[in-house]
Amino acid sequence: MTIQENVTPSPNSASVGKGYQGKGHHILDIARQQVLEDGIGLTQAQLEEILRLPDEALAAALELAHQVRLRHCGEDVEVEGIISIKTGGCPEDCHFCSQSGLFDSPVRGVWLDIPELVKAAKETAATGATEFCIVAAVRGPDIKLMNQIKFAIDRINEEVDINIACSLGMLTQRQVDQLKDWGVHRYNHNLETARSYFPEVVTTHTYEERLETCAMVKDAGMELCCGALIGMGESLEQRAELAAQLAALEPHEVPLNFLNPRPGTPLENQGIMDGKDALRAIAAFRLAMPRTVLRYAGGRELTLGDLGTRDGLLGGINAVIVGNYLTTLGRPATADLNLLVDLNMPIKELQKTL
Amino acid sequence: MKGVSLPNGVSTSSTNGLLRGVSLPNGVSTCSINGLTARPTTGDYCGYCGEPSDGGDGPPSDVHRRCGERLAMEPPRYCAACRRRMKVQVAPLGWTAECSRHGVIAS
Repeated sequence: MTIQENVTPSPNSASVGKGYQGKGHHILDIARQQVLEDGIGLTQAQLEEILRLPDEALAAALELAHQVRLRHCGEDVEVEGIISIKTGGCPEDCHFCSQSGLFDSPVRGVWLDIPELVKAAKETAATGATEFCIVAAVRGPDIKLMNQIKFAIDRINEEVDINIACSLGMLTQRQVDQLKDWGVHRYNHNLETARSYFPEVVTTHTYEERLETCAMVKDAGMELCCGALIGMGESLEQRAELAAQLAALEPHEVPLNFLNPRPGTPLENQGIMDGKDALRAIAAFRLAMPRTVLRYAGGRELTLGDLGTRDGLLGGINAVIVGNYLTTLGRPATADLNLLVDLNMPIKELQKTL
Repeated sequence: MKGVSLPNGVSTSSTNGLLRGVSLPNGVSTCSINGLTARPTTGDYCGYCGEPSDGGDGPPSDVHRRCGERLAMEPPRYCAACRRRMKVQVAPLGWTAECSRHGVIAS
């Protein structure tokens, strides 16, 4: 670990202490054999034990998760930029989201024009990122959006060397096939939360509908990016349930978000989750999915702070969203890129999958 | 980061790692830390919550001080001059916010 002794962490830092190596915590011994040596993810019950580890065992859990990541994924870190092509006005009621048209959120509807999108893709590629994800706040794409996406993909491919991913909500089989044909190599569709908690968070569509899109994406041969949003009031059991349900999907990538409570949404008064709980979740997700790309996504700045961000990169995370998110700002891109240099972690190089 | 022209010809600018205050119409001010521009905590309206700024030329209230902190992590949603909700586009390395009356500001 890179954790220094005798350093007072900043008030919202989630940095962990050094010195305790987790002895006596049987679950870590089990995980060392099962996950690190045998490459088999922990079960839901085992993950619950990870999430309940005491603070003094956290450093050891993160260290083990880091070893798992190095052994099964390698030392590269995958860097991605994301952008919203259609912001706001979404008909769905995901209670965490400022882009729902059903809540009194200050986010206004906006469409991004294609030249600006291409410019953003160029700027993203210039950071060393290999992934550029185009996102729309919709239930699912209509013909107008699909045409825009096709046009955008063609323009980006003409001018920028970067892999293109999309996140456009629920898809029909025809739309899955179209995106595949157009060269979209990865599709994002999050589970967000555990099946048992989902009805508390979303009422306008079901967990099963989300799973259907995920299954179609995988069957079509696109890489599935299927993420989590934790800190929405779910229990530790439900957090373990989510990690296990994601693992069962075998996604290529799992972006891990931490709730940033948005004004006007039903979750606006939800407290920001504890930084150490967030780090336990990072370790647990890695121990659930030893080979998956586990990406830092939204909310880490609030939940983890700078020191916690570093701890997570040494605790199972092997990918970052660089710069800003869809409606909120991230750390300056240079802060993350410099941190990767500090940690001696190479940025994954572009391997076009077209 | 780039300079941005405001409707009356006033421009903003920011420099990585430096804190630079810029005067805007109506006594509004912005500041930039590490390339993130924090929009007004003083002026007619708060860029974060849209409520009137009660700070005038003095320090902002505690409420708006928290708004100011939040504006380091998100773009303004309300025009500081007229409190209209702005059209905001966030990109990986910047943002723009457009008021239909007072034009575009950017990071």
